[in-house]
Amino acid sequence: MLRYILRRLAWSVPTLLLVTFLVYIALRVGTDPVESYKRVNPRASRAKIQQYIDINGLDPNFVQGYFKWLKNFITGEWAPSIKGRREVWPALKDAMANTLRLGTAATVVGIFFGLIAGVLAALRPGGRRDVFINTSAFVGISIPPFISAILLQLLFAVYWQKWFGASLFPTSGVYPAGHTGFDLFLMLKFMALPTIIVAIQIIATYSRYMRSSLLDVLNSDYMRTARSKGISERRILIKHGMRNALIPVVTIAALDVGSIVGGLIITENIFAYPGMGLYFLKSFGEGDFPLLMPWMVVIVASILLFNLIADISYAWLDPRIRLE
Amino acid sequence: MTEKVLEIRDLRVTFDTPSGPLEAVRGIDLDVEAGELLGVVGESGSGKSVTFLATMGLLPVRARVTGSVLLAGEQLIGASNKYMRSVRGRLLSMIFQDPLSALNPVHRIGDQISEMLQSHQNLSSRDAAKRAIELLDIVGIPQPSDRAGQYPHEFSGGMRQRVIIAIAIANNPKVLIADEPTTALDVTVQAQILEVIERVQERFGTAVVLITHDLGVIARVADRVNVMYAGRNVEQGTIDSLFDHPSHPYTRGLLASLPRPGKQRLKPITGFPPNMLNPPSGCAFHTRCEFAADICKGELPNLVSFGDLQTACVRARELPKSENFA
Amino acid sequence: MPGLTQGFALSEQNENVLSPRQMALRRFVSHKAAVVSCIIIGVLTLFVILAPFTARYGVNQSVQAPPNSFLSPRSNAWLGTDDIGRDLYSRLIYGVRVSLLIGLASAIISVTLGALVGAVAGFRGGKFDDILMRVTDLFLAFPFLVTLLVVRNVLGGLPWLKPITGEMNSVRFIIVLFSIFGWMGVARIVRGQVLSLKEREFVEAARAVGASRRYIIVRHLLPNSIGPIMVALTFSVVGAIISESTLAFFGYGPQAGDGATSLGILVGAAKGAVQTGFWWLAVFPCFVLIIIALSINFIGDALRDATDPRLDRGA
Repeated sequence: MLRYILRRLAWSVPTLLLVTFLVYIALRVGTDPVESYKRVNPRASRAKIQQYIDINGLDPNFVQGYFKWLKNFITGEWAPSIKGRREVWPALKDAMANTLRLGTAATVVGIFFGLIAGVLAALRPGGRRDVFINTSAFVGISIPPFISAILLQLLFAVYWQKWFGASLFPTSGVYPAGHTGFDLFLMLKFMALPTIIVAIQIIATYSRYMRSSLLDVLNSDYMRTARSKGISERRILIKHGMRNALIPVVTIAALDVGSIVGGLIITENIFAYPGMGLYFLKSFGEGDFPLLMPWMVVIVASILLFNLIADISYAWLDPRIRLE
Repeated sequence: MTEKVLEIRDLRVTFDTPSGPLEAVRGIDLDVEAGELLGVVGESGSGKSVTFLATMGLLPVRARVTGSVLLAGEQLIGASNKYMRSVRGRLLSMIFQDPLSALNPVHRIGDQISEMLQSHQNLSSRDAAKRAIELLDIVGIPQPSDRAGQYPHEFSGGMRQRVIIAIAIANNPKVLIADEPTTALDVTVQAQILEVIERVQERFGTAVVLITHDLGVIARVADRVNVMYAGRNVEQGTIDSLFDHPSHPYTRGLLASLPRPGKQRLKPITGFPPNMLNPPSGCAFHTRCEFAADICKGELPNLVSFGDLQTACVRARELPKSENFA
Repeated sequence: MPGLTQGFALSEQNENVLSPRQMALRRFVSHKAAVVSCIIIGVLTLFVILAPFTARYGVNQSVQAPPNSFLSPRSNAWLGTDDIGRDLYSRLIYGVRVSLLIGLASAIISVTLGALVGAVAGFRGGKFDDILMRVTDLFLAFPFLVTLLVVRNVLGGLPWLKPITGEMNSVRFIIVLFSIFGWMGVARIVRGQVLSLKEREFVEAARAVGASRRYIIVRHLLPNSIGPIMVALTFSVVGAIISESTLAFFGYGPQAGDGATSLGILVGAAKGAVQTGFWWLAVFPCFVLIIIALSINFIGDALRDATDPRLDRGA
């Protein structure tokens, strides 16, 4: 197992290089970093521009440029942002922390309730509870997150204030303007709405996955064997049903990190929540190459990492899978 | 007279299907005597599996079950779930057709046997594990202590069926129901599995109900046979008398369709099994019976003693004597 | 226990037998939400095709002389007006027209492309298949919006593509962009279908009598994948409509000239309305988008159930 993990980690290095190279090309073509720099800094001297090109590896030759960028990236010589010459790492670090917090909260809440809803639906397929859960989940995945965000904001922030005097949940940021220090309660209050919106999507998706996976399992022969043993229904469900049903769900969950990040980007933007999503949209809008590349590296690395986690958890849950 | 461990009387099972109620079992009477090996034969759809799933209380909730099933004198139909749970696996065990899917792929073999033991006996995990290894040995699995730690996918089909038998006999049940235990297996493995079942029957005095569509299997191991057609008994008796002089036309047809040495050509039963949503009136076999007369469409025949057999055919006495298949 | 009544069902063979297509149709019609959805989409389509008659004002016309901005719903503007006094109801009709066009056009292009690529990849296997799967894995693993935005800019940044794509804020550009995205998901589905089909007897038989690859793909594999392809087509339409709205919401959507609009643009405008409390600007466009997304999803779901014979709905 350890050898497998090490080998996979070793393999992820060339993958990371290849993908970041593709991303590098895409950003060079798509955002034209040099032009963006000149647009943001119209009075930059020729020497300044040349320095910007050098440190970011923006040579006309893409391959040469990429390796130049890579060398500077690894040695920690990161260019400052094109606007305001901000350090990239602190900004990225903060964004990562904020997104990790929101993402973890939403994923935990979402998967927890999603699995419960899926199990409840699968236990009596075709029943009223099943129809209700299934239909709600269907509506949930049909409504794009920015729509639910707008409607929830309108309800809880604007109209709540109009009807009841104070808004129930704030609609932007992590803390009110000017706040310093750490305040858990305040933070939870600010995180509530965005968490709910991301979690709705996750609940809807996972209740459906769990339902169909558990239904397959419940109809399987080994469940009949378990029943013929005379053990209690609860034990049958937990010991024989759940573990088998979770195998596909866990795998999908770990592979799903891309779509969760996608949901976060949209939600963060609407709530002005200073995470990876807002970071990306801002820097992409300005064509801020020095900010964008490290962001991409983080995203690619986390996708690779979660892929690995998916495979490992798959093998851990299912003895039929051997990792070699 | 031997003791009856299982007495089924007028058992009926109805499923609600989108196309209307489907009566899969239409009044079955059947006795299992202590320690015997009873063969139950019938085509697929004849209701033989459903009869015993109903006995086990393993039918889905949407099935309606009426009649009486006495296990060692205790009524099972309408019994509480709790009581049925205590019966299943302790007094009554079942093994199923497909050994490849009947074991939980994510649990070790030993644990799956121990679970059966511990759910009905007050055993420590350690004792249960020890007993599980003994059981694996009894059903003929080599190196049982190593194999107990393995997962189902590391076993062949025949070996898995042995494991399933080990699970089923773990608590020394009174009746072991084997639902087509050899159908999914190779012929050579089939014989081995039948041997294991016979061995268990002799060693523990367990009554075995062997459900199959294969009369050849029955001929090899059963003491008595019960033939089912369209959810009804059509004939029952000892294996010798049934093969010697079957009287029900369906039994005759089954036997005539069996390959035997020296026989040139097999004689299949013509026609199709009846549609159980709308079964034929009277004797359900009359649509395919070479001896059918008007009287057969009228009333539903019950089992009547006819020589040393019990036969459900109103014309049994009038029919020409059957060929001997023994 | 689904297998339990199988033995009985088998013996029904002499009863009235329905063709697979009839059975699929029957299953589809039994899905009530899908039937209602079909009606809704039908009415909506009719409404937007007949936009010159159903809309009360031009797309860029104000309902009355100023002051006319942010009027709440009233008799001369059923759903209220926007910041410069245009009728929301009429703009919704014109907007849905553009959005449906984008959805349909890009779905048809991407499904055609995806079905062909997927069928060839599944049938031939080998290198082509490997590379295809790797590329689609890569694209699908990334957060969707990020890929969409980056590819959008790359497309816009390649001058030699301009004859095909048109201007970056044109409707045509959006359709090309979504087609480039949409085919991958479809290709995976069709590839999976073809992989399982190509081992089946009728394909082996066709190969045995010497049918060409192209013949087998066109005559056997694609027609037998028509169910999943139809389902993919339906979901592609929703996907494109929502993607367009998402892009427009973030300001990267189509900006057709003369104030022409799309559902995405209208939903995007709702963002500002939330803070100011002009609820109609948020509620109505969102509501229309939800109805469209739900209806088409219901249709796709019912199509999937109807065309998948493995599903035993009775159990």
